[in-house]
Amino acid sequence: MSKAPFSEIVMGNTALVRAMVEAGTRVVASYPGSPTPEIAEAIRSIPIAQRPFYFEFSTNEKVATEVAYGAALNGHLSTVFFKSVGLNVASDTFVQLSLMNITGGMVIVLGDDPGANSSQNEQDNRHYAHLSYTPMLEPASPGEVYDFYKKSVGLSREKNMPVILRLTTHVCHAKQRVAFDGWEPVELDPTPRFDAARGPYIPITAEVLPMKRRALERLTAVSDFAKRSDLNRIVDNGNRKKGVITMGLPFLSLMDVLKSAAEKPDILKLGVVHPIPKESIKHFLQIHQEVKILEELDDPIEKEIKAIAFDEDIKVKIIGKMDLEDWIGEYTPDKVYEIIHKTWPGLLPEKSAKVRKPPVPERPAQMCPGCGHRSAFHAIKKALTGTDITVADIGCHTLGFLPPYQTGELLMCMGASTGIGAGLSLFNGARKVVAFLGDSTFFHAGLPGIINAVFNRHKLTLIIMENGTTAMTGHQDHAASGKNFNEPTDKIPIRQVLTGLGIQNIYETDTYQQTELTRLVKQALSDDGFSVVIARHPCMLKFTREQRKKPAFKPRRVDIDQQKCNQIHICVEKFACPTFVRKSDGKVEINPDLCIGDGSCLQTCPSAAIKQPEIVGDKVQ
Amino acid sequence: MKAFNIYMIGVGGQGIGMLSEILMRASDHAGHQTIGVDTHGLAQRGGVVTSHLRLGEGVYTPLISQGEADLVVGLERHEALRGINGYLKHGGTLIYYNTVWQPLEVRLHIAEEVDEETISRQCRLNEAREIRVFSPHLKEARMQNIVVLAAIDKHALIPGVAADHYRQAMTDLMDGDTLKKNLTLFEKEGLVSNNS
Repeated sequence: MSKAPFSEIVMGNTALVRAMVEAGTRVVASYPGSPTPEIAEAIRSIPIAQRPFYFEFSTNEKVATEVAYGAALNGHLSTVFFKSVGLNVASDTFVQLSLMNITGGMVIVLGDDPGANSSQNEQDNRHYAHLSYTPMLEPASPGEVYDFYKKSVGLSREKNMPVILRLTTHVCHAKQRVAFDGWEPVELDPTPRFDAARGPYIPITAEVLPMKRRALERLTAVSDFAKRSDLNRIVDNGNRKKGVITMGLPFLSLMDVLKSAAEKPDILKLGVVHPIPKESIKHFLQIHQEVKILEELDDPIEKEIKAIAFDEDIKVKIIGKMDLEDWIGEYTPDKVYEIIHKTWPGLLPEKSAKVRKPPVPERPAQMCPGCGHRSAFHAIKKALTGTDITVADIGCHTLGFLPPYQTGELLMCMGASTGIGAGLSLFNGARKVVAFLGDSTFFHAGLPGIINAVFNRHKLTLIIMENGTTAMTGHQDHAASGKNFNEPTDKIPIRQVLTGLGIQNIYETDTYQQTELTRLVKQALSDDGFSVVIARHPCMLKFTREQRKKPAFKPRRVDIDQQKCNQIHICVEKFACPTFVRKSDGKVEINPDLCIGDGSCLQTCPSAAIKQPEIVGDKVQ
Repeated sequence: MKAFNIYMIGVGGQGIGMLSEILMRASDHAGHQTIGVDTHGLAQRGGVVTSHLRLGEGVYTPLISQGEADLVVGLERHEALRGINGYLKHGGTLIYYNTVWQPLEVRLHIAEEVDEETISRQCRLNEAREIRVFSPHLKEARMQNIVVLAAIDKHALIPGVAADHYRQAMTDLMDGDTLKKNLTLFEKEGLVSNNS
């Protein structure tokens, strides 16, 4: 790791890690979730012996927040990062942080997801900043991610308060050349400096109100910091009629869109989105006739700015959200074009008429070739009747909801399936309820629902889709993997946990044993009470990647015996491995680019037309 | 240089990420200001993966506006059409690797496979140049991106970026056998004329 200044092409997530190093961050924790897992990949690229801070993937976002908080009370600058909805999990701990005197400093990095690219909603986490009296900074680009993290640290340490750095998907993943400063390593002070006298750290009635007062006082003082640190800035286009107040990636969209504008409005770009800089905004409102608030997702800033105009009696036309569409989706340049066009017709040139576009079949995300979940859904479907209710959970196995499996008819959030399934089973003697759960999610938030099912004697079946990893977010280890981020660790076997909870009916098989899995699920469904089926098979994407790295690796694939094939298409239509290709004449072939030769498809063909996997030749030169 | 937008599209697993990283670094070596963004997350599981790359002065957001890509790079035939529909500029260029990974609806017999003629017609309609690439003897699908890279170089599709810039970018990003293998393929594909 360079101690001298340098520049490199990096994504926002990587720029963040360099900022952590330079800032002297000591403890970092997380739970994987898009758009943030690449932060951990950048951390992993620093060999552990040279890594100047401790990092862990915790069991969930709440625990990660607690670990970072605890470390900060010993005087270690800490950071926790996770995706947008991760903050919901962490919130019970998170909302208390501003009450505390966080002596080492603590930054909460959020990966919000406008457009719901890889999340179950596009929640606007700026509301949490308001709810918890926590300042929030919002960078627009990788360069700003790097700069704003260091400024967040400065603020957090100056005031011993938590600070949120809010990233969004395409800020996390944007790539550009960033100029980094030098790094002066600071020797670790291992003294555990926790001191209860620097608290109080116990929020009970008598203490809560003064603690809240202190939180509010600190928040008020943030505006001085924002002024000093140049986080909010003006793009002065000399326009005293029109102005725009915006922030984050929408600012960059706006800059691009305005290149073709007849006149360019002035722009106030906010770097601190909570608390907003009242004086700067007041001045900006006073010197313009019309001000557009260009704010992605919800409208907290619009409301605050309108309140400022009202309180200060400023005569200005403030144009916020104009219709419901303005609340929905990412503010891409296309979206910002539409919004500006709607706000000030005539400012932007009309777009030319579009040519006719032929349809392209959708390409939804799929389970990979050889995925154990595919075998599982194919087998489980045979054990279910059409009226059974199947409850999905978060993970690769969520994809079972797609045709042709259509298993998993409702989805909420991490670990919710067992609880929802329990509710669906009440007053319900007619329709069996089957809930699904991944193994990483089992530890993350799945356990309380399972314990509840035991405790309250709910009648449903839970199928644990165990693939040995946190697959969807890039194969992070979990508590049953036998490895943590840094070293080997004791495995917590899921089956033993279930046995320890006193669950009587536990079944387990490899999902490639499709007939056996069908039988076990039927058995579990006929059990009285709560039953669990562990449907396990290692993640084949992970397995195949590992195999390919071995020198002796020989690619294998199956083939179709065209003599035997009766074109009944179970392989392509029901089992639906993406490897199978349907030709226009009905003939079935193998896509050699996709088949991994796992052979899990052989058992699905009643004509036995799928041939045993064979080695296809030496590894390519 | 005035802004030049490159939109890449393919299927998860085809190596869009590596291709976009090479193009970005090569452009950087050529002295262009660059900014880009990849789509990550759920799309990696056999879904659509895209990457935006923008070169030149006065470029702010990494996201390309619809219909504003000077160059669309498709690693698969269906995705090439999706790329044209969404992003190809009138008078731009499409280069695509002519392989088919059938989308779900085609395999389920709900939709028809996109054919080559549909793509050609769409390019004519957009007055766009069409370059079709295929390497019949390639054994490893994950190297199709390098075949496309070689064709991008051969046809000089990115202003100011030359073979040495691509080689340098590959050297920055790969090492050992992988680098050797990919550089060999890049040189070999640069010589053959199996593009139409």
